[in-house]
Amino acid sequence: MSHLEFDGHEIAPPPPGLATAVKVRGVSKSFGRGEQRVTALGQVNWDVYVGQLTMIIGPSGCGKTTLLSVIAGILNSDEGSVEIFGQDVTKMSDRRLTRFRAERIGFVFQQYNLLPALTAAENAAIPLVIAGWSKPKAVEKASHVLNSLGMGKKIRSLPRELSGGQQQRVAIARALVHDPSLLVCDEPTAALDVESGRTVMNLMRQAALRVDRAVVVVTHDNRVFDFGDRITRMDDGKIAEIRDNEHTHAVAASA
Amino acid sequence: MHWIALKMLTGDKAKFFGIVMGLTFASLLIYQQGSIFWGLMLRTAGQVSDIRGADLWVMDNNVRYVDDVKPMIENNLYRVRGVEGVKWAVPLYKGNARAKLNSKQLVAGDPRARLGADLKVIEQVILLGLDDFSMVGAPQKVIAGSLEALRKPDAVIVDFTRLRKLYPGEAWTLEATHGKPVSSLKPEQVALYNDRTIYGRVPTDDKGNVAFYDLFVGREFEMNDHRAVVVGICEATRTFQSNAVVYTTYSRAKYFVPSERKMLSYILAKADDDPNDKGTYNPSTGQVERKTIDPSIVAKSILDQTGLKARTSDQFKFDTIEYYLKYTGIPINFGITAFLGFLVGTAIAGQTFYNFTLENLRQFGALKAMGATNFKIVGMILLQAVVVGLLGYGIGCGLGAGFGVMSNGGELAFHTHTATLPIVGGAIVFICILSSILCIRKVMVLEPAIVFRG
Repeated sequence: MSHLEFDGHEIAPPPPGLATAVKVRGVSKSFGRGEQRVTALGQVNWDVYVGQLTMIIGPSGCGKTTLLSVIAGILNSDEGSVEIFGQDVTKMSDRRLTRFRAERIGFVFQQYNLLPALTAAENAAIPLVIAGWSKPKAVEKASHVLNSLGMGKKIRSLPRELSGGQQQRVAIARALVHDPSLLVCDEPTAALDVESGRTVMNLMRQAALRVDRAVVVVTHDNRVFDFGDRITRMDDGKIAEIRDNEHTHAVAASA
Repeated sequence: MHWIALKMLTGDKAKFFGIVMGLTFASLLIYQQGSIFWGLMLRTAGQVSDIRGADLWVMDNNVRYVDDVKPMIENNLYRVRGVEGVKWAVPLYKGNARAKLNSKQLVAGDPRARLGADLKVIEQVILLGLDDFSMVGAPQKVIAGSLEALRKPDAVIVDFTRLRKLYPGEAWTLEATHGKPVSSLKPEQVALYNDRTIYGRVPTDDKGNVAFYDLFVGREFEMNDHRAVVVGICEATRTFQSNAVVYTTYSRAKYFVPSERKMLSYILAKADDDPNDKGTYNPSTGQVERKTIDPSIVAKSILDQTGLKARTSDQFKFDTIEYYLKYTGIPINFGITAFLGFLVGTAIAGQTFYNFTLENLRQFGALKAMGATNFKIVGMILLQAVVVGLLGYGIGCGLGAGFGVMSNGGELAFHTHTATLPIVGGAIVFICILSSILCIRKVMVLEPAIVFRG
């Protein structure tokens, strides 16, 4: 197995024929000061490829969510660079980064974070509204997306009228409605039963199966590991292992 | 994003109403207390407002407000008349007198008294003595009897607002029938007039309307042991001391009160026509009307030549209000109540609004993560603040105005100054801005990464 190298550290080889969607190089992130200082990410080098559903797994506090936040452009790293489809988000101004997120990144959260006063279609339409679409047009497109996710009959339902799985599907519709290049998902199945979890992961996979999109999922849920094309295991702020489907690549310490 | 902000705001009805109610309460309290305060202040100067026709009040130099009468010798009246720029000057007596009324219990059914039983009433009244000839300062509206009758022996005119104090045994439930057509009376009202009181009839005027106050015309009472006859009932501003105002002539006022060397309370003066103004013809009156000399210039002349203080009606009104503001605890008391209303409103509305934002923090974080700029989110919060502020302001002032309408004509002093609405608005804007700033500060420093924390 031939490995790529960056700054003396090995990086897992790319799957054949797939372009790089996210390129993480030498990223570190710490929280707190002095003796309270905790290193969440230590010199992480990591790649995400288009057309794949990449999973990040690992024990609590290992840095999964921090890594996800950094590649999603909602948390600044202390050092290193993150390129998303060739654009270095660590060098972008706040304004540019906010716009980049609005246009290129879709989010699925563990707690759904749906606005309780908005209907399913209105919730799903939010990214379009942020992009400046008028309400009727945005809701119309969001309704189409919800329909394609099997939520056509729940378009006018409020979040409290939906089950957990249905709420997560609305959240997925919201993440996909503006056709993002990168979909980042934090524990999307944590609050769901097995059946709902599998439905949600199937939708994720379908979303990932495009030549211009990558999906990154942080999860604890070993019931859904088989949905990932590539599984990255983190430990203590570092990439400990990267596995393609069921083929495991041992990776040298990245720090 | 505006519709999202509004839906977020109104989504939880209980919280939404909580915020609006907090602001409504603050608005209402400030509006109501402010209006009652101003109403009271106007009552302090009510007698100055009621006396019209004169440009200037001339008084002893030490007078600070209208009730602070420092009697002058009558010679001063002639001195003022001699000042250049004074068209005319007339005397005004203002003092207190003790009225003793042999009233009767006129309404049957009161278990405490039988019909026709004597009711001895002794009341302090404010006695105003008007110039015998010109009657300058006479009440503007006489609602029973006539002003001319004031020239009759022992004649007095009493203000209607305090008749209840002077005649407690009357059928006051019938007061509301005054001025209404007799045909509109309810049978029980007619029965009350005819049978259950000793009036024995429904009093009417020439037009066939009920003339309730006519029942008082012709009644006699004692004032400082002198006979007085009510020849008219007039409208007057309620006084701060709540005493009835009794009008009579200047010479008769001196007869009613114990004789003193100095009896002249005030001199009412009129500024002369401006000699430089050719005047304009008024076709409705058929007269040439000329502008008068600036009363403040005449006031200065009076001061220079006589040593007496002269104030225009407005100046004297505000002197009186200023005195009460300075030397009584009224403004402080009302100010404290209004301020407490403001504080409670701020606490309720501000706290609820702030909590509302805190509870939506994750949602705001999600919006930020999805690419909503701080500018857009601040706009959402400000829109929410503006909406609840306008609603609270509108409902609060509306309720306050309704309160004012309901209390109109009653004992409650309620007058909304033109500055009240801007002041209430300013307070509400302050509450909203304060709450918004706290919320905006929270949202501005919010890291969107919060949405990935469990």
